[in-house]
Amino acid sequence: MSAIFPKWTNKLPLMVIVGGLLTVIAVTAGVWYYFTPKYFRVGYQPIQPVSFSHATHAGQLGIDCRYCHSMVEKSWFSNIPASSTCMNCHNQVLKDDPRLALVRESAASGKPIPWVQIHRVPDFVYFNHAVHVNRGISCVECHGRIDQMEEVYHSKPLSMSFCLDCHNNPAAKVRPADKITDLGWTPSPDPAIAAQTQAQYGKKFVHDFRVESLNNCSACHR
Amino acid sequence: MSDVATEIKVPVVPAELVREPLVQNNRSFGWISDRVSAITEGKVPKWWWAAFIPSLCLLGLLGAMLFYQITTGVGVWGNHHPTMWGWDIINFVWWIGIGHAGTLISAILFLMRQRWRTAVNRAAEAMTIFAVMCAGIYPGVHVGRVWFDWWLFPIPTYQGLWPQFRSPLMWDVFAVSTYFTVSVLFWYVGLIPDLATMRDRAKTKVKQFIYGFFALGWTGSNRHWSNYEKAYLILAGLSTPLVLSVHSIVSLDFAVSQLPGWHTTIFPPYFVAGAVFSGFGMVLTLLIPLRSMCHLEDIITMRHIDVMCKVTLATGCIVSYAYVMEFIIAWYSGSAMEKFHFMNRALGPMWWGWVMMMSCNMIVPQLFWFKKVRSNLVLVFIMSIFVNIGMWFERFVIVVVGLYREFLPSNWGYYKPTWVDICTFLGTFGLFFTMFLLFMRFLPMIAVSEVKGVTPEADPHHPSAGGHGNGGKH
Repeated sequence: MSAIFPKWTNKLPLMVIVGGLLTVIAVTAGVWYYFTPKYFRVGYQPIQPVSFSHATHAGQLGIDCRYCHSMVEKSWFSNIPASSTCMNCHNQVLKDDPRLALVRESAASGKPIPWVQIHRVPDFVYFNHAVHVNRGISCVECHGRIDQMEEVYHSKPLSMSFCLDCHNNPAAKVRPADKITDLGWTPSPDPAIAAQTQAQYGKKFVHDFRVESLNNCSACHR
Repeated sequence: MSDVATEIKVPVVPAELVREPLVQNNRSFGWISDRVSAITEGKVPKWWWAAFIPSLCLLGLLGAMLFYQITTGVGVWGNHHPTMWGWDIINFVWWIGIGHAGTLISAILFLMRQRWRTAVNRAAEAMTIFAVMCAGIYPGVHVGRVWFDWWLFPIPTYQGLWPQFRSPLMWDVFAVSTYFTVSVLFWYVGLIPDLATMRDRAKTKVKQFIYGFFALGWTGSNRHWSNYEKAYLILAGLSTPLVLSVHSIVSLDFAVSQLPGWHTTIFPPYFVAGAVFSGFGMVLTLLIPLRSMCHLEDIITMRHIDVMCKVTLATGCIVSYAYVMEFIIAWYSGSAMEKFHFMNRALGPMWWGWVMMMSCNMIVPQLFWFKKVRSNLVLVFIMSIFVNIGMWFERFVIVVVGLYREFLPSNWGYYKPTWVDICTFLGTFGLFFTMFLLFMRFLPMIAVSEVKGVTPEADPHHPSAGGHGNGGKH
């Protein structure tokens, strides 16, 4: 009987096994790295209609987050300020600056500035800002160091496991109620002491603020 | 020591202890190869087309029904409160159960050295694989959003979400997927020597290439046979616990819940026996027509049919015992709910389901006590179909009758399947028979090399051994 297959095909099973293993590893690694919000959401930085600098306002000038996002402690939604809020200062400060033309126009006409939303959770997720900031969770936990950003970008993944990391162990993140909007705050400048203090006070805050950090599905998927 | 050479005494086997040979009419090795290969090599018989075209149409129907169900939603089925499980789960369990005969024949009977298995194991294993494929469709589409089926598997994702490991439905995923994988491997390993035979007999280059590719370079050398035997034994060992575990876990889908009629410890053994019972029913249904269509009467002999009838009878008696024991336990438990459930099963509005189950699974198999019945092929064929019907009604009684009248009478309802339920079920037959007909047309339906091993001439001590010039060629 003549051979149907050339001799090199003797190596075929080995090649298939090795190739198959490599493919499986490559696909797994690819999905693990690329198919996550860590990859496709972090870093999102759309061009805004007005180049508003949080670094200047919140960082350099030290304006509290709640001066503009005034409803964050009362509402599930953290509001974008109306243009009139800007004009409280800018009717005197830089009042003729061309960069603020759109703000003045919006304040006069009442037509909102079309800001581009960056942080959003899917429709099937219920997230309440008030519940979080009133129970010792700082803005920085989800939004990053906004006070250092010239223009805001998406700095945390906001994936489900990101939420669960904190919901499983809120004591690691809760802080004193008056430090919520102090984005650079740490329990101590020394990391070792900071961790120790957090461990010490975290549980107390969880108890005092009555943090429930529900882990059942319907806590967020209502 | 006497110097007279003692005569060597050859023990004479009494006539009544001589077993009927497994291959009849003293067929030679060559005849077996020719006969089995003829099914794949000859012209396609008319009856094959007559069976294949309707099967293909039903397969198309399955595709259409699944498309309709996936694009519209699970509401197209008859599943409604309080009967949230309907034909989907019934048919899942029914098809999975049918698969069990294949693994039992191939694994447990192999380890027990039941040599008659060689004639039927290939077809029964193929039946197992196709039945599990039919079964696998149901949980996949039953979840509603099929594009999330991968959530069934524990994959670490950015959601930080894991399946509920405490749920028997989760165990089912592992049980059924392991079962399918091992069954396919077992079937394929067993096929390798026969694929090489097909390759060597092939007339066209394409056939040579395809059979040769899957024969993995089999030459029939001593080393190949030695490795093959080891691999086959290991796989048989792996499959043996699966025969018992898969349907036990399927039964836990019910038994772990706290519904009367479901929450019983008898379920795992009773489900396994029922699965083997239905599986042998289906093997008989398939093989009785096939042996005469393909002229395999000398390989799948009346002795094979007889043995399979006996297994059906034995497992039928086990399930009958379970049916009766369930009633006794309901009475003995003193639980009002349990008692009500079983009264409702026999006398409630769905009494006909229970009557079908009892008559097909308990009464019909009793006829197999009689040798006359076991040797009447028409009767055995009809009874095997009754076994299949009865086992379907068993799952109907468990699933639907277990749900439609629950604790609160205000929650009581009734269950009716929709036309989509019925057409999907018919469609799974399309898938099953399409696959099976393709299998028997393109692959050796009988394990050629193994059947040769149970012929008298394969026994080196047999007078006719070595007498045939063809003997060395596998």
